[in-house]
Amino acid sequence: MNVTLHVWRQKNATSPGKMVKYEAKNISPDTSFLEMLDSVNQELIARDEDPIAFDHDCREGICGTCSLMINGLAHGPERATTTCQLHMRSFKDGDTIYIEPWRASAFPVLKDLVVDRGAFDRIIASGGYISVSTGSAPEANSVPVPKDASDLAMDAAACIACGACVAACPNASAMLFTAAKVSQLALLPQGQPERQRRVLDMVRQMDSEGFGHCTNIGECSTACPKEISMDFIAMLNREHLKATLSKK
Amino acid sequence: MAPALALYRTSVGKKVVMALTGLILVGFVVAHMLGNLKVFTGGEHLNEYAEFLRTVGAPALPYGMALWIARIVLLVSVVLHIVAATQLTLQDRAGRPQRYAYHKKQAATYASLTMRWGGVIILLFVIYHILHFTTGTAHQNYIHGDVYHNVVSGFQVWYVSVIYIIAMVALGAHLYHGVWSMFQTLGLNNQTWNGVLRGIAVLTALAVVIGNIALPVAVLAGFLT
Repeated sequence: MNVTLHVWRQKNATSPGKMVKYEAKNISPDTSFLEMLDSVNQELIARDEDPIAFDHDCREGICGTCSLMINGLAHGPERATTTCQLHMRSFKDGDTIYIEPWRASAFPVLKDLVVDRGAFDRIIASGGYISVSTGSAPEANSVPVPKDASDLAMDAAACIACGACVAACPNASAMLFTAAKVSQLALLPQGQPERQRRVLDMVRQMDSEGFGHCTNIGECSTACPKEISMDFIAMLNREHLKATLSKK
Repeated sequence: MAPALALYRTSVGKKVVMALTGLILVGFVVAHMLGNLKVFTGGEHLNEYAEFLRTVGAPALPYGMALWIARIVLLVSVVLHIVAATQLTLQDRAGRPQRYAYHKKQAATYASLTMRWGGVIILLFVIYHILHFTTGTAHQNYIHGDVYHNVVSGFQVWYVSVIYIIAMVALGAHLYHGVWSMFQTLGLNNQTWNGVLRGIAVLTALAVVIGNIALPVAVLAGFLT
């Protein structure tokens, strides 16, 4: 199959970018989206042009490194699918495909389709952890966890921090990400000692990174390759309200 | 006061302010709609009800005091609601300076995407509404104290009725997303309650729109004279 690509090309973080047109020819429908970009890049390299820079790592849909706004949708048209798990059979021969980086002032473009998602790391560093004395691993069954709590915590922990929620949000808000990271620990016994401080610090860090706020529209959850529920945003709101009111 | 200020400093806290002031305003809008329905029980009833709003609380409160307390609470709520919304909107604009060349929406409802301009329309309508029915400035046949006469003669002007109907549809859309959003912001939503809370939002929006639109429609249809 043949497709026409419009790709965001930007030399570096400081230079302005623009959409550039490329033709991808003789692509098998079983090719993955990133392999299609690889083959376009091979041609660019053969012509001595700069290949298109994009993020990828595991290509198994679990690491959260790949990104891309594909035809206006984070990770492309398939639900609960990362870009690396998207295949060309999701498109038709002759399609025009727009490919852009995540757009948010908190995710500055470094080059072409690669953005700096360090803002997420700083939100995690501000409180998305538990403090434990290291040593040998404790007996796993010594801390009982209710089944429903562990199930819900695992749903939140499915977040791979890819940033699709921010990219899809009309406000460029990081609420779904922050909510998943706050909730996964708030639900478990190990997360209790730092529960209040965690939510306050993570929300403060989220705001200071320059993300927008949540207007409860729901684009984030729909775009999320791990289908993280907006219910976790309600949980974050609840945690934040309780922590603020009870803080000494 | 300190926790309230700490709360307001965050985007999450500003939303709480919007939710709580929104709750006050929704309560008012629903009560206002129910009061409006008195028009269908006859002019005397409606005028008595309007007088009751001024004498309520007597003799502990002087004449009109309860009404003015309510007005001040509403005015403060409106101001806080708008200030928080404006600050948050500016934060969002700064959050994405470079727009997408191509962007599709999947989950967004029309109501959720028109909260801001819808809010501006509602504000303009409220100003007009006060000039029309409260002060009488924008009413061509205003008799102070005769609410029934003012309502009927006001809505007999067809374009005034059209303005009211359009404004109520805008208010309905605002409530449809706003009431549900309020539950989400206050952290009340979860798997068990989402359906019920969505239902409350839909019912509130429908009740306010239908209840209020019934007045101009009844006047234009010649049912109220």
